[in-house]
Amino acid sequence: MSAWWIILGMSLVTMVPRLLPAWVMDRMVIPGFVDRLLKNIPYAALGALIFPGVLLIDKNPVIGLIGGGVAVVLAYFRMHTMLVIIGAIAAVIVAKMVV
Amino acid sequence: MRASEGRETRPHAAQFWTGIQVALPIAVGYIPIAIAFGVMARQVELSLWDTALMSILVYAGASQFMAVNMLATGAGGLEIILATLVINLRHVVLGLSLINLLKGVRPAWKGALSLGVTDESFAVATLSGRNHPVFLAGIMLSAYLAWVGGTLLGGMLYQFIPPDIGNSMSIALYAMFISLLIPEMRRERKVVMIAGTAMLINALGTELLGLASGWSIILATLAASALFAGKGEKA
Repeated sequence: MSAWWIILGMSLVTMVPRLLPAWVMDRMVIPGFVDRLLKNIPYAALGALIFPGVLLIDKNPVIGLIGGGVAVVLAYFRMHTMLVIIGAIAAVIVAKMVV
Repeated sequence: MRASEGRETRPHAAQFWTGIQVALPIAVGYIPIAIAFGVMARQVELSLWDTALMSILVYAGASQFMAVNMLATGAGGLEIILATLVINLRHVVLGLSLINLLKGVRPAWKGALSLGVTDESFAVATLSGRNHPVFLAGIMLSAYLAWVGGTLLGGMLYQFIPPDIGNSMSIALYAMFISLLIPEMRRERKVVMIAGTAMLINALGTELLGLASGWSIILATLAASALFAGKGEKA
């Protein structure tokens, strides 16, 4: 089975939303409110991407809660991102054995 | 991005190298997920070529997993393409925010960097505090190569790799998001409000309103950003 035309279609509908902002923003002046809104987006997007998604990494939401919780603690003490990731993975592995 | 930082003047090679280093956590998160994708795609009898092509041309994890699942259940091509569009529409919102930081950058650069926008590359890029296009290209390119490389690995070795390889690693990208967000929250109370509001709206959107997670994330991101975009509010 060749899925090449489905892949091409998926590529197209993914590329257009990616390219649209660059095209639009070069053709308009951004008002102050929109500028401030756009500067908030990284924080809002991170919030929405983390929660509740992190609870869904396993059938048991406690696993995600433990992994996410360990990440929060390590990040709070300004650990390097790589250490936060390693700590969270280790916590999830242990939690899966215990819970 | 902290607006006070101007365009940097370091040589391009150094900018690019720094970008690659900053993207290391993305690569670490992507590779096992990409391997899992490669394995799954081959198991639903996609050719190695098609599997790689999807990562090369689509480069959007959630929609690729969904497409493979839908292919396995015999869904139609148009249905798959439409679902892909819906999942990846959120890149419009992320792209607008990224492009807004690239004032004075040439349109060709903006276009090229936009093609590298994913949840992860966007988050790392916008919170890096830098906006040199070559630095950003280092982030985008290493994330992309990690995704494509992992896919190839999984696609070639699928007979030897258990498909649940990604399972214990699936926390990795969440941990990266958390490690990006928490220091910003400590720096500024307003970030706590914005991110907290987005989490709340997203939870309500998926659990209460039963929205598909793609739509719910778009709604939560836009609403929480708009709520705190009043005149007196500084980011």
